[in-house]
Amino acid sequence: MNGENKSFNQTNPFIPEPARIVRTYYLTEDVKFFQVRIADMKKALSFRYCAGQFAMISVLGAGEAPFSISSTPSRPGLLEFCIRKVGTVTNAIFRLKENDLIGLRGPFGNSFPIERMINKDIIIVMGGLGAAPLRSVLLYCLDNRDQFRRVTLLHGAKRPAEMIFREEFFSLKERDDLYCYLAVDEDDTGKWTENTGVVTTLFPLLEKIDPSNTFSLVCGPPIMYKFVLKELVNLNLPKDQILMTLERRMKCGVGKCGHCAIDYIYTCLDGPVFTYWDVIHMRELI
Amino acid sequence: MRIVKLKKENLLPFLEVISEKADLWAPVKKYNDRHVFKIIEDYSQIDLNCTSTILPPKKILLPPSINMFKATEKSYEEDFSHVSPNILFGIHSCDIHALLIMDRFYSYIFDDPYYLKARKNTLILGHSCWPDENCLCKSTNTHIVEEGYDLFFSELENNYLVWIGSSQGDDLIRVKPASFDENITDNDIQTFMRWGEERNKAFKTEINFNAMPDLMELKYRNPLWEKLGAACLACGSCSNVCPTCNCYNVLDEPFLNEECSNIIRCWDSCTLENYSEVAGGENFRKKSADRLKLWYTHKLQAYISKYGKPACVGCGRCIVTCPVDINVKTVAKALNGEDVDAFWNRFSKEVRK
Repeated sequence: MNGENKSFNQTNPFIPEPARIVRTYYLTEDVKFFQVRIADMKKALSFRYCAGQFAMISVLGAGEAPFSISSTPSRPGLLEFCIRKVGTVTNAIFRLKENDLIGLRGPFGNSFPIERMINKDIIIVMGGLGAAPLRSVLLYCLDNRDQFRRVTLLHGAKRPAEMIFREEFFSLKERDDLYCYLAVDEDDTGKWTENTGVVTTLFPLLEKIDPSNTFSLVCGPPIMYKFVLKELVNLNLPKDQILMTLERRMKCGVGKCGHCAIDYIYTCLDGPVFTYWDVIHMRELI
Repeated sequence: MRIVKLKKENLLPFLEVISEKADLWAPVKKYNDRHVFKIIEDYSQIDLNCTSTILPPKKILLPPSINMFKATEKSYEEDFSHVSPNILFGIHSCDIHALLIMDRFYSYIFDDPYYLKARKNTLILGHSCWPDENCLCKSTNTHIVEEGYDLFFSELENNYLVWIGSSQGDDLIRVKPASFDENITDNDIQTFMRWGEERNKAFKTEINFNAMPDLMELKYRNPLWEKLGAACLACGSCSNVCPTCNCYNVLDEPFLNEECSNIIRCWDSCTLENYSEVAGGENFRKKSADRLKLWYTHKLQAYISKYGKPACVGCGRCIVTCPVDINVKTVAKALNGEDVDAFWNRFSKEVRK
């Protein structure tokens, strides 16, 4: 179910679609959750995307930037994003309230290769805001639970207050069809009941794995990749079954502006999902 | 291919007639023997005795800055005011090849209506040329064209051989059919063939572009990139003058007293420092050397591996333009193991003055 690379606007892929913020709240001090719906109801219902794709969000007067879609395609109608306040566009997005309008373009990019992952074990490793793109595929797996074998989630954050979707992931721990391990680098509350340490300290907790039938999906800050990839390679996972989703500067999403170019590929067309083999092969990816 | 003959004295009258309903762009002398494409009002200004113009024809199809649309919160109004009927006369083979590359690029997976509409409204009237010391088009195999033009004028002694490359080109001929002669003599053919042979001999520089993908790969970590990076002024001029550079930036320009913005698209360059910077200040190519690697990977390696030919069409504009001699010629030479300090020669000479 790879992304179709078809923009919502068929004649001019640069023209956004007005979308309304349905719900917004803080996930952490500087990360906010946004649930949006395309203002035109007919278009809202026909908007199709795949787990791992991204959208361009614009705020009038502030500009446009790419964001991973955090919601699952298995629940159409609403799109969800988690956005960290870091620059001009995100600052403007943070000032918006429920019922305000944004511009939306997309969906863009490839996606996680769901068909290849069917009947396989799935290990999802997320660090910090890396949960934003991976939540989409996690929820997709849970909504289609019978299509996948063992599903494991490893999620690391700096401190308990900085763990995005904390409540959502805690409630996943109640489920008996999913292994969910959470860790914080440092517990400054004294009330943290889960693991303490970086996300790689969760690896010893993994059940015995069957490497050739396992896919791992990784997203997190650059420093995390280095250590997590090492663990996964040590577990003998094939390099093309280790998937990661990457961030780049983008101005168009449709392979024209050039900013996300790496070697001969464009992150917006050929990514943002890459395998570890791609990363070794192509330089500059991470 | 249909080929006809036009007497030289009939050229300007022909151009005058066909440009009644469109802007005619042609090379005009600007300064120091450098030419620019300009809308022609006075036909005597046209100077066909020129090599590459300062800016390539991309400036006509996608000007340095265009308004893509006017945005309010609720609606978006497309703006195609940069699109108007154009006739591009006097465009050389290398630039036609560049347009073919652009055509492919702008319709790859997603169609870019801002380019494609402008392109559809532009007639390409090519003109033969004679290489100067910077022309590399024979090495890039772009010194002749077989497609991508509506008409192509090959200059003989007193005539032009006019190659008709499209149905629109054929329509143009029919505007003034009496000027064109279907009868091409053996003598004309001989003159044309001789001209081609002599022109082939006139190229002064030859670069083996086929070796570039391997050399780029093998020398990816070579210290020569650091030397280039140290010399590069990160001014972006090479991208501005390159006929196949197409990167752009997008700006949101709000109106002061209305709740709307113009969304502007303007030329950008991957050699500029903030090109790959993402939110939060992370910059994937902070070093000049890394950005130059991207530029040259794209031109000399990526495109060759993907399409079998370089994204460089050998126009030589970067050679003329770069103030510190970082260009396709010197980089290719450096990759070939020749004197890497060549880049500094002109620069240091000027400093010494």
